[in-house]
Amino acid sequence: MAQIWKLLKSAPPTALFGLAVIAAYILVAIFGPLLTPYGESEIVGSQFELWGEGFVLGTDNLGRDMLTRLIYGARNTIGIAFVTTCLAFLIGGVLGLLATTLGGWADQLLGRLVDVLMAIPILIFALLILTITGTSVPVLILVIAVLDSTRVFRLARSVSMNIVVLDFVEAARLRGEGTWWIITREILPNAMPPLVAEFGLRFCFVFLFISALSFLGLGIQPPTADWGSMVRDNATLITYGDITPLLPAGAIALLTVGVNFVVDWFLHKTSGIRDDK
Amino acid sequence: MAKILKMVTQRLALGFLTLFVVSMIIFLGVELLPGDFAQEILGQSATPETVAAFRRELGLDLPWYTRYFDWLGGVVQGDFGKSLASRRDVSDLIGGRLLNTLFLAAVAAAISVPVAMILGVLAALYRNTLFDRTINVFTLTSISFPDFFVAYILILFLAVNWNIFPSISNVSSDLGFWEHVYRVILPALTLTLVIVAHMMRMTRAAIINLLASPYIEMAMLKGISRSRIVTHHALPNALAPIINVIVINLAFLVVGVVVVEVVFVYPGLGQLLVDSVAKRDIPVVQASCLIFAATYILLNLTADVLSILTNPRLLHPK
Repeated sequence: MAQIWKLLKSAPPTALFGLAVIAAYILVAIFGPLLTPYGESEIVGSQFELWGEGFVLGTDNLGRDMLTRLIYGARNTIGIAFVTTCLAFLIGGVLGLLATTLGGWADQLLGRLVDVLMAIPILIFALLILTITGTSVPVLILVIAVLDSTRVFRLARSVSMNIVVLDFVEAARLRGEGTWWIITREILPNAMPPLVAEFGLRFCFVFLFISALSFLGLGIQPPTADWGSMVRDNATLITYGDITPLLPAGAIALLTVGVNFVVDWFLHKTSGIRDDK
Repeated sequence: MAKILKMVTQRLALGFLTLFVVSMIIFLGVELLPGDFAQEILGQSATPETVAAFRRELGLDLPWYTRYFDWLGGVVQGDFGKSLASRRDVSDLIGGRLLNTLFLAAVAAAISVPVAMILGVLAALYRNTLFDRTINVFTLTSISFPDFFVAYILILFLAVNWNIFPSISNVSSDLGFWEHVYRVILPALTLTLVIVAHMMRMTRAAIINLLASPYIEMAMLKGISRSRIVTHHALPNALAPIINVIVINLAFLVVGVVVVEVVFVYPGLGQLLVDSVAKRDIPVVQASCLIFAATYILLNLTADVLSILTNPRLLHPK
């Protein structure tokens, strides 16, 4: 406990700000239903009501309470992005570590496959696949996780490349440990810091990516409350100088800023060399 | 010289191989995914006869390699097939829109490249000062913003509150050049804000790397002025990484246009792609994806080749 306190004290203000933002979002996402005055897609008023009593932030294009949907949006948008990132790390991380541990043709095959997949811009690739599969949440998670796992694969591979040649890995091999044991007990603990930082960055990317897809109307589908599609649905208000549509967009931006600040601090702490980039 | 030529040829060959494989993925991706896509489009209520007729019309009853090479042959000649939704030639739909997209990307690049270069060099020179830190926070923030957030903030202030620029970029071919620029200025600014951060961070890193090298230290010890060191000693060697940064970001720009075009209702290729995905108009999606992917790959290839060509060590072998 005292250690954590000390760590927090040494953190720059930007990192503290980031941590506070992340904590607030997690709390809102967990306790969402307790905080909201109405149901997720309950129609409670007329369309586009102004901010005021009853509806703190007004209502949306179908007369649903904006604040309620913002809070539920935290659950859906962050939840889906988080699950996707975890899945991408599971696929990319395992394959990346396997590639270096096994070496030889497995490494070559996976490497070339990832090269080709990465040659296509991820948004274009995702749009191509979603045209065929249609957009449901599980499909969305799977498609983005697979596409994103290529980036994780690259990092996991390049980090573990340097670890796999070290003596203790050799020793474990000579002891006759299995591949899985070597990956989880020898390589993974040493590859952790860059992977954790990458998790933060990948989460931001996936989160922005899903929001962009939803904004284009090709991501999370109504009536699920989601920040990207909320911006799209209420965008017309902007032309009247009403800032309501900026709220969900701002909510997205604030979280990614927070995570980026924390990752930046973490990178500074774990590697003295990474001054730039 | 022969070595450079060999490296460049290798890169080019690899690039075109990638392009070929990518075209195959784009075409056959439709194939490999589960489900019958004719059935999907016609809906569950379609009778087996209609589905069979539809498949025949699309040529889905032919083997995949025949269709792939037919398609590829057409693409090379500028024939992308017919749209499923509008029954028009895909190349008609794409032509003008592609030009619009390229125009938008060009305007964005014309603004963002000089700005990013200047800010990057300044941040590197005044490293770890308040100026540098401010820029660092600013770039971290702007990387984190979704494109549409930036776009709507610009619309709110520049179009709605102050009414300087139009919030919807409707363009037609009969507009004059400057009128065209005026109408795309907001989407171009949005793109600029999105990519300047990346570009300037990479420029800053490149220059800092260079300023740490011994020959720069030597120049400093000789008492040469700071500005002369940067312009005469550092910049020529930093050119290769900087060109690389610019080209890679241009590639990024080509894809970045998709969301921005939708926000500003700009008649470009990105908007066409999004509309076609919603309508599940496969030929149009394939054609647009191929164009985007090809541009992206070719720009990355250019970056690769340029970085070989501008590398002083390779140009003057011992």
